[in-house]
Amino acid sequence: MTDQSKPAIQFENVSRHFGAVKAVDHADIEIHDGEFFSLLGPSGSGKTTCLRMIAGFDKPTEGRIYLYGQDVSDLPPFERNVNTVFQDYALFPHMNVGDNIAYGLMVKGVSKPERLKRVDEILDLVQLKGYGDRKPSQLSGGQRQRVALARALINHPKVLLLDEPLGALDLKLRQQMQVELKAIQQRVGITFIFVTHDQEEALTMSDRIALFNQGRIEQVGSPSEIYEHPASAFVAGFVGTSNLISGELAKRVSGKMGTFSIRPEKIHLGSVDVNVSPDSYSADGVVRDVIYLGLYTRYLVQLDGGGEVMVIEQNLKTTSMDVLKIKGQRARLHWKKEHTHEVGG
Amino acid sequence: MPSKSYSGQRASWGLKLASVAALLFLHVPILIIFLYTLTPDEQTFTFPLPGITFKWFGVALQRPDLWRALTLSLQVAAVATLAALVLGTLAAAAVYRSNFFGREAISFLLVLPIALPGIVTGIALRTALGTYDISFSYWTIVIGHATFCVVVVYNNVLARFRRMQGSQIEASMDLGANSFQTFRYVVFPNIATALLAGGMLAFALSFDEVIVTTFTAGQQTTLPIWIFSQLSRPRDRPVTNVVAILVVLITFFPIFFAQRLSAQNSDIEGGSK
Amino acid sequence: MLIRVSTYLYQRPKLVLSLLLGPPLIYMVVVYLGSLFNLLVYSFYYLESFTGLIVREFTLSTYAQIFEPANRDIFIRTAGMAMAVTIADALIAFPLAYYIARFSSPRLKTWLIIAVTIPLWSSYLVRVYAWKLILAQEGILSWFIRLIRLDGVLEWLLSFESIGGSSLALSPIGMFIVFAYIWLPYMIIPIQTALERVPNSLLEASSDLGAKPLQTFRTVILPLSFPGVVAGSIFTFSLTLGDFIVPLALGNSKFFIGQAVYSYQGTAGNIPLAAAMTMGPVVIMIIYLLVARRLGAFDAL
Repeated sequence: MTDQSKPAIQFENVSRHFGAVKAVDHADIEIHDGEFFSLLGPSGSGKTTCLRMIAGFDKPTEGRIYLYGQDVSDLPPFERNVNTVFQDYALFPHMNVGDNIAYGLMVKGVSKPERLKRVDEILDLVQLKGYGDRKPSQLSGGQRQRVALARALINHPKVLLLDEPLGALDLKLRQQMQVELKAIQQRVGITFIFVTHDQEEALTMSDRIALFNQGRIEQVGSPSEIYEHPASAFVAGFVGTSNLISGELAKRVSGKMGTFSIRPEKIHLGSVDVNVSPDSYSADGVVRDVIYLGLYTRYLVQLDGGGEVMVIEQNLKTTSMDVLKIKGQRARLHWKKEHTHEVGG
Repeated sequence: MPSKSYSGQRASWGLKLASVAALLFLHVPILIIFLYTLTPDEQTFTFPLPGITFKWFGVALQRPDLWRALTLSLQVAAVATLAALVLGTLAAAAVYRSNFFGREAISFLLVLPIALPGIVTGIALRTALGTYDISFSYWTIVIGHATFCVVVVYNNVLARFRRMQGSQIEASMDLGANSFQTFRYVVFPNIATALLAGGMLAFALSFDEVIVTTFTAGQQTTLPIWIFSQLSRPRDRPVTNVVAILVVLITFFPIFFAQRLSAQNSDIEGGSK
Repeated sequence: MLIRVSTYLYQRPKLVLSLLLGPPLIYMVVVYLGSLFNLLVYSFYYLESFTGLIVREFTLSTYAQIFEPANRDIFIRTAGMAMAVTIADALIAFPLAYYIARFSSPRLKTWLIIAVTIPLWSSYLVRVYAWKLILAQEGILSWFIRLIRLDGVLEWLLSFESIGGSSLALSPIGMFIVFAYIWLPYMIIPIQTALERVPNSLLEASSDLGAKPLQTFRTVILPLSFPGVVAGSIFTFSLTLGDFIVPLALGNSKFFIGQAVYSYQGTAGNIPLAAAMTMGPVVIMIIYLLVARRLGAFDAL
């Protein structure tokens, strides 16, 4: 039934309007079989609406959505083999963990012994063996999260949708779950579509990322592509931190007009007498501020002729005493030409 | 009596006294009826009681007209409650699930029968029955009662819907349950206690309703109508006392449990957060 | 089969909405609003006094009858009673509501709320009946008043023409007490709800800024709980306006609106006049509701 040669999910010119608000505007996406794909963007950028349309909770105003080649645009959620892990987990409070997980099998008429067997297996997978009789209210946030995951995975969906599933967890647990989720995805081999507003999370886990801004897709690519070659100023600013230089300054540094982005860690900070190799650009300025962060130090440099640039350098040999002395001194910044990306207007 | 407040202040004696007085004012009169069921005096309400007797309970038991009135009241209350459960739940579901134009108007329309004086509903229904030549029957009483019972169920169920975690219904459908399965396995268990509470309140409301009933009952006698006739033309004073107590007891328990149920539910929700 | 129906319905949310809304709406609009409208229409008909038949022709003459002195007195008497009852209930209810909202432990609060709501839901008629026993001439209240030797004061009060009467039960004072008793819970609950919403931080801020407890009460608590008082008064006022059971049960000889409507439509068979008189409370209530909404009283319901 599933045509593996077709993309797992394909958006064909999909728009979703709520009155005058264009939540999603002419989106084209192709998500491959077995991929860990993230929809990344600030809140209100349309990523969750896309997820809801894949799940079937929302219908596109325009355009079609295909699941392994099958047009599912008009199918209700219970007729598409796609499952969702909800942001608030949406566990049924009146059922215990086992019944929650078996719900999908129960409504499909799978026999009770079979259900019990598969619930045991999946509880094992999410490391919750023996929790079947508990009520959701007796579980911690992380455990509820695993139950929600198990409840979706047990149905062997063609695609698993995850709507900011780690949003409610604290940082430590979050990082642990990131690793675990990725491991589970590789084990079960199901296509995961992951919605998040956390760029670091998206970079850590994804095979590919679609970056949303105001209902439109700014860029689709692997984490390194998006990070190293941002397609727009928005992408450069949203994913990681970036220095944008434009106008007169850009012309003086590179000889070209336009807007360029340079990642702060690509820039080297040296004394004003340092020689710059021909494959690099350079600019002089005054170090306005120094923020010592242990692993690395962040410098804010006021360039001559306007503009402020952030520089990050690892503290390989330096200590806080050393770096703080630099504050207020003149410095020369230089970086490889290839690390300068034109990002348009 | 614990009088420490959240803010750590103490209630003044004046406030406590006024509160206790208000509570006594609310409840003592009913207790006085209990007292009067024991009076041997048939003609007046003399106090202090001239003596004590338990015979009126037995006398009331022997009265077939009372049994008929009680049966009619129970039947009316049961059917009116059933109608209110169905109509109130449908309205609550409609208002909850969609943001359609005029949902405020729906709430307003449903509240109207209890916000306007009962006599308005009563005479309006009576006039309509006259206009369309519909003769009084068991069903005319039920129809009258249902108008003001619907809102009780509606309010309870809508409140529960609003407290229900929103994505549960979506989660159920997402896991492959169709609308009917979703109702049976997810929605119904979530609103069951609200239905129970709303239903019990509607039952109590209908069981002792008298104003609308006087206009829609014709010659039929419900228990409240029976009491009402005794109010204006007392013939069986001691038996009326017994009947009054019966009405108090029959309505007390459903209301009490409905209130406990709502209180418990908000406790559980508060605790899990 | 069910799946197909379910899918069909899922794709048509408007159809589902009309299926859900249809039955309750049809019932309420056809039966309830239809009857109200029919009543409105009847208020524009008139009763031919000679034949005793209702003439179905448009006229305002029935409404003119309302302004005849006898009927006007009924309106003034009823509205005055409703107002007095509302004020009395607000005064009795406030301390208890205030205690429940601010000074009771969660456990006690649950019980107090139950103690207030049970009389709200139950046995309206029986509660009226209780006062028939209490107010009876030979009954418990007279006994008590004699016991504390205030019978002279009572007689003096009853000697006033406007509020007095031959006995406590038959006097407006007696009726006033019964009305205040019957509708009291309708006043307590909204006030308590409104008070419950006044955050403690506000009171702390007030005392932090140097207000004495009484000042805080007057300048913060009272204004913020006023919508609750208005919400409660909607009930006490409306219910008193339309009631006919209490006057009938106590055997009062001076008519109140509800009683008049009851007798016009019943023994007199003058449905147009009864209908027109009912429109009085309806109009008063609608104005009241609109004013109350502007004051934000609906939030406290």
